[in-house]
Amino acid sequence: MSFPLLTATAVAPAVGAVAVAAVPAAQRTLAKWVALLFSLATLVLAAVALVRFDPDSEDPYQLTESHAWIADFGVRYELGVDGIGVVLVGLTALLVPFVVLAGWHDADPPAGAPDAATQSVTHGRWRPTQGFFALILMVEAMVILSFAATDVFLFYVFFEAMLIPMYFLIGGFGDRAGHKNEQETATQRSYAAVKFLLYNLAGGLIMLAAVIGLYAVTADDLGSGTFSLQQIAEARASGELSISTNTERLLFLGFFFAFAVKAPLWPLHTWLPNAMGESTAPVAVLITAVVDKVGTFAMLRYCLHLFPEASKWATPVILVLAVISILYGALLAVGQRDIKRLVAYASISHFGFIILGIFAMTSQGQSGATLYMVNHGISTAALMLVAGFLISRRGSRLIADYGGVQKVAPVLAGTFLIGGLATLSLPGLAPFISEFLVLVGTFSRYPAIGIIATVGIVLAALYVLVLYQRTMTGPVKAGVENMPDLRARELTVVVPLIALLVFLGVYPKPVTEMIDPAVDRTLSVVDKQDPKPDVPVQDVEAAK
Amino acid sequence: MENLIGWLVAAPLLGAAVLLCGGKRLDRLGHWLGTLLAAASFVIGVLLFVDMLGEDEHHRAMHQHLFSWIPVSGFQADVAFQLDQLSMTFVLLITGVGTLIHIYSVGYMEHDDRRRRFFGYLNLFLAAMLLLVIADNYLLLYVGWEGVGLASYLLIGFWQHKPSAATAAKKAFLVNRVGDVGLSIAIMLMFTTFGTFTFGPVLEATGETGEGKLTAIGLMLLLAACGKSAQVPLQSWLGDAMEGPTPVSALIHAATMVTAGVYLITRSGAIFNAAPDAQTAVVAVGAVTLIFGAIVGCAKDDIKKALAGSTMSQIGYMILAAGLGPIGYVFAIMHLVTHGFFKAGLFLGAGSVMHGMNDEVDMRKYGGLRKYMPITFITFGLGYLAIIGFPGLSGFFSKDKIIEAAFAKGGTEGWILGGTALLGAAITAYYMTRVMLLTFFGEERWRKTATRSPEAPSAEPAAETRGEHAEPHPHESPKSMTIPMIVLAFGSVFAGGLFSVGDRFVHWLEPVTGHDHGDSPLSATTVTLSTVAVLVVGVALAWAQYGRKPVPVVAPRGSLLTRAARRDLLQDDFNHVVLVRGGEHLTRSLVYVDHKLVDGVVNGTAASVGGLSGRLRRLQNGYARSYAVSMFGGTAVLIAATLLMRAV
Amino acid sequence: MNPINYLYLAALLFTIGAAGVLLRRNAIVVFMCIELMLNACNLAFVSFSRMHGNLDGQIMAFFTMVVAAAEVVIGLAIIVMIFRSRHSASVDDASLMKL
Repeated sequence: MSFPLLTATAVAPAVGAVAVAAVPAAQRTLAKWVALLFSLATLVLAAVALVRFDPDSEDPYQLTESHAWIADFGVRYELGVDGIGVVLVGLTALLVPFVVLAGWHDADPPAGAPDAATQSVTHGRWRPTQGFFALILMVEAMVILSFAATDVFLFYVFFEAMLIPMYFLIGGFGDRAGHKNEQETATQRSYAAVKFLLYNLAGGLIMLAAVIGLYAVTADDLGSGTFSLQQIAEARASGELSISTNTERLLFLGFFFAFAVKAPLWPLHTWLPNAMGESTAPVAVLITAVVDKVGTFAMLRYCLHLFPEASKWATPVILVLAVISILYGALLAVGQRDIKRLVAYASISHFGFIILGIFAMTSQGQSGATLYMVNHGISTAALMLVAGFLISRRGSRLIADYGGVQKVAPVLAGTFLIGGLATLSLPGLAPFISEFLVLVGTFSRYPAIGIIATVGIVLAALYVLVLYQRTMTGPVKAGVENMPDLRARELTVVVPLIALLVFLGVYPKPVTEMIDPAVDRTLSVVDKQDPKPDVPVQDVEAAK
Repeated sequence: MENLIGWLVAAPLLGAAVLLCGGKRLDRLGHWLGTLLAAASFVIGVLLFVDMLGEDEHHRAMHQHLFSWIPVSGFQADVAFQLDQLSMTFVLLITGVGTLIHIYSVGYMEHDDRRRRFFGYLNLFLAAMLLLVIADNYLLLYVGWEGVGLASYLLIGFWQHKPSAATAAKKAFLVNRVGDVGLSIAIMLMFTTFGTFTFGPVLEATGETGEGKLTAIGLMLLLAACGKSAQVPLQSWLGDAMEGPTPVSALIHAATMVTAGVYLITRSGAIFNAAPDAQTAVVAVGAVTLIFGAIVGCAKDDIKKALAGSTMSQIGYMILAAGLGPIGYVFAIMHLVTHGFFKAGLFLGAGSVMHGMNDEVDMRKYGGLRKYMPITFITFGLGYLAIIGFPGLSGFFSKDKIIEAAFAKGGTEGWILGGTALLGAAITAYYMTRVMLLTFFGEERWRKTATRSPEAPSAEPAAETRGEHAEPHPHESPKSMTIPMIVLAFGSVFAGGLFSVGDRFVHWLEPVTGHDHGDSPLSATTVTLSTVAVLVVGVALAWAQYGRKPVPVVAPRGSLLTRAARRDLLQDDFNHVVLVRGGEHLTRSLVYVDHKLVDGVVNGTAASVGGLSGRLRRLQNGYARSYAVSMFGGTAVLIAATLLMRAV
Repeated sequence: MNPINYLYLAALLFTIGAAGVLLRRNAIVVFMCIELMLNACNLAFVSFSRMHGNLDGQIMAFFTMVVAAAEVVIGLAIIVMIFRSRHSASVDDASLMKL
C-alpha cells in the first residue's frame, strides 16, 4: 500500500481550512499566513504527483486508491488520475496560492470599522478573514477530489458539495466597488449567489437522476450496481454491460446538462457574469479558472468515457452551441461597461472553444481543449487579478471611470496589457497554442464550424483592445491621478503568472506530453480517428 | 555558422526583455543598448551573408532546428529556422535599416522621457520581424506575423495619452487581425491538405493536390497579406498609423513590416503558381491598391499621410509583381528593397523637417525650407528622385522592371496591368513632386502662420513643451539624425544600379523564387521610354499646379475626388457606418437580449412560480368554515368518483 | 319496520349537522352539529349491522362514541380558552391562522 498521494493533496487544503478557521479572531494576519502555507503545501504535493505521474504508462489511471465506502450501493472511494486529471490538479494547486495572495486584504473589515480586537470582545465569532480563506481552501480540496475521483458517485458528491463554500464566498464577500450604496451591493450580491446556487443545483439534480439511472443499468446487467469508471469501462469492453441507445442518450443528457451549466455553455451561462461581477476578483478567478474547469473536465471524462455513442449523437448540437458561445460571449464582452463582467463574458467565449475542442473528437482538438483549460486558467487569473488590483484602487468597476492609467501606473498597465494579450491569444503566449490546436482540430473535421469559430479571434482582439484603450490610454481621468503602481505583494502574484504564460507559449511540451496519451485513450473509447490529410506529405516523400 | 541563425532573433529579443523589464535604472543608457543589439543582429546577418556567398547557389539555404514546439499526436510544429536567399535579403534589409533607424531615434526621441521603452518596443519589433522571415514553417511565421502586429500596435500608440494615437493603434491591430484570420485559415487548410505546414514539404507537394484547395489557400494568404501590407480592402489602418513617432513610420510602416505581405506571397510562390485564380486576385488587389494609394497620396496635406499613401501604392506595385508569378517575384523583392531605402529615407527626412518645424505636419505651412535644412533637402531630394523613377536611381530600375513584367504577363490582362502600372508611375511623379515643392520650394509660408490651426493637431506632443506658438525656426537636425539619412540616400541612389547590373539580383534570388522572362509585346526600350515619358508628364503637372503659382495656406475646397481622397476615398466612412455602427447596434441588442431573453426565461420561470404560489396563498383565509367546505367538497368528489368507477 | 328507513334518517341527520357546521358561527353550535354528524354515522353503523347481520357496525359505533367523547373534552376546552381570551365564541373571529 503506497502513500495515498492524491488523498493527501486533497486533504492538505481541507486541514488548512480547519486550521484557518480555528485561528482566533484578532489574529487576521496569522490566518492569512496559515492559509498561504497550506495552499503552498498543496502545491508541493501536487508537484510530487505531477512528477510521479508516468505519461508513458499503459494504465488508464495512475496513483490510484480504492476503498469500500457504501458497500450496499457499490459506492467506493476510488481516486486516480489520467494525464488530463493530473494536469488539472496541478493547475488548481498552482492557482490557489495566487488567489490567496491576491485576496490578502479582500476580507479585512472595512476601514473605519472598529478594530478587530475590540470587535472580538463584543462579537466573539465575527471573523470574516478566517472564513474567507477557510472557504477558499475548502473549495480547493473539493475541486481536487472531483478531478481525482474515478467513482461516479464520489465525483457527484464533491461536484455538488463545492457549491456550498462557493455560495458563501460569492454571497458573503462581495466586491465593495460595485454599486452606489451598501444596500444595493448586498442585494446584487445575494442575487448573484442565489443565482449561482440555483443554476448549479438544478444541473446537479438532473445529474443525480442520471447517476441513479446509471446505477440501475449496471445493476441490471452486472448483478450488482457499480459506480466505478474502470469497472464500467471493462464491463462495456467485454460486452457484459450493454446500454440501450435510448437509455444511453438520456443518461448522457443528464450528465451533460450539469456540466454545461458549470462550464458554462450558452444558453446556460447567465449565472457567470453575475457571480464574477459581484464577487471579489480572487473569488472570480476561483470560479472561472478552477471551479468551471470541473465542468469541461467532466465532459471529457464522464460524458465521453461513459456514453461514447450518445456523445457522438449529440455532437452536432453541442458544436453549434459551442460556436454560439464563442461568438455570443465575445460580442457581449464588447458591449459591457463593467470590467469584471467583460472578463466573465470573455470566459464564456473561451469555454466555447474548450467545448468545441472536446467534441470535435480529434486529437488536436482534445489536446488543445485540455491545454486550453490550463492556459485559460492562467491567463484569466492574470487578467482578472490585475483588474482586481485596478478596481480596488479606484473603487469602481465601470470602464468609464478609468482613463490614462498607463501614465500614472505603467507597470499595472503593462501587466494588464499582457493579461489582455494572452486573452486574445497572441502567439508567443500560452493561450495561442491551445486555441490554434482547437481550431485546427475542429477545422479538420468540420471546416465550416472551424472557420466561423476563427472569427472569434477578431472579436477577442476587439474587446481586449477596447478595454485597454478606454481604461489605460488617453488623458488621465479625475480620480485616477494618484493611483499607486503595483505593490510588492501584487507583483509577486502577477509576475509568476506572466512568466508561466510566456514559458508555456514557447515550450508547452511538458504539458502536452502529459495530456497526449490520455487524449488518445479517449479517442479510442469513442472510436474516432483523426481525418487523414488529402495529400499526406510523408507519402509524397516516401514515393520519391 | 548555421547555429548563429537563432541569434538574429535572440539579440533584439534580449534587448526588448532587458529594456522593458529593466526599470528606470536603464533610462540613461538604454537606447544605446537597444541600438547595439540591433547592430549586433546586423553583424550576424552580414556574417551569415558572407558565409552564404561562399556556397554554391543551389545549396545556400541554411537550417537550424531549435526544439519541438507543439508536439501533439498527428500535429508537429517546430521552432526551426530556414535562411535562404529570400530570407537573407530580408534579414539584411531589416537589420540594416533597423539599425540606422535606431541611431536616428536616439536623436529624435531625445526629449521623450519614455525613450527607453521606445527602444524596447523597437527591439521587440526587430525580433518579431526577423522571426517572420527566417521561420521555416507557417505557424512560426504566424508568431512573427502577429508579433510585428503587436510591436506596431505598441509603437503607433506610443503616445497613448493622445486618444487619436490610442485609437489608431487599436484600429491597426484589429484590421490586421482580420488579415490574421486569413493566415490561420490558410494554415489549417494546409494542415488538412498536406498534414504539415513546413515550407519545404508543403511547397514541394503543391502538384499533388487539386487546384480548388490551392486557390482557397492562396486567397486566404492574400487576405493575410492585405491586412499586413495595407492593401485594398484592408488598407484603412495605414494612414492612421502615422500617429506613431516618425522613426516608427519609417521602419515599420514603410520599409519592413508592411512588406511582409509581399514576403508571404513570394514565399508561397509554389502555391500561387499552381492556382491561377488566386494569382488573378493578387494582381487585381495590387493594381487597385497602387492607384488607390496614389490618389490618396495626391490629396493629403499632412506630409506623413501623403507618404503613407505613397507606401500603399508602392506596395501595390510589389503585390502586383508578386501576383505575376515567376515573371515578377524577383522584381517584387527588388522593388521592396529599394523602396525600403528610399521610403525610409523620405520618412526620416519628413521627421527631420517636422523636428525643425515645431512638429508641424501640414505641408501647406512649410515652403522654402531648402535653405534652412540643406542635408535634409538633399537626402530627401535623392529619395524623391528615386521613388519617381528618375533614370539611373534605384526606383527607376525596380519599378521599370515591374512595369515591363506587367506587360509581359501577355494578353489583355498584360495590357491592362501594364497600363495601370504606367498610370501609377505618372501619379507617383505628380504627388511626390507636390510634396517636394510644397516642402522645400516656394515662399516661406510658415512665416505667416505662426499659430497652428486647431484642426491639424500635432503628431508630436513634445511640441507643447517647446513653445509651439512661437514662429518656427527651421534648423538642421543633429548628426545622429542626419547620418542615417545620408546612408539611406546612398542606398536610394545606388542600390538599384547595383542590383541590376548583370542581373545580379535575379541570379541571387532565382534558386528560391524561380524566374521567367515572359514574352512582352513591347520591347524593354519602349517600356523604359514610356516610363520616362509619364514621369515627365507627372512632374510637369505638379509643377504647373504647385511650382508656378503660390500655394494657399488653407487648403481649397477642391473637387469631389479631392475631397473624397482627403478622407481616404471614404473607406473610413464606410467602415464607420457599416462595421462600427452596425457592430455597436449588434452588441447593444445582444446585451439586451441576454438580459431580457436568455436570463429572462429563467427569471420568468421563477417569477411565475412565485406568482402562482401568491395566488394559492389566498385560499388560506383562516376561516374554519371555509376549510370545512373544501373538506366536504373533497369528500363529495371522492365519493362521486368512487361511485362512477363502480358504475363503469 | 324496514331498517332502510333508519339509513334515511341517518342521512338526514348528517345533512342537518353538516349544514350547521358550515353555516353557524357560534362555536358551541358548530360543535353540537359535529356531534350530530357523528351520531348520524353511529345510527348508520348500527343499521348496517342489523341489515348485514354481523357485529362489525356496532363495534365501530363504540369507537365513534369514544372518539366523540375525547373530542368533546378537547374541543370544549379549546372553545372555553378562546372565549376567555377573545370574549367571543364565533369561529370567524378565530381566523389568525392565515398568511
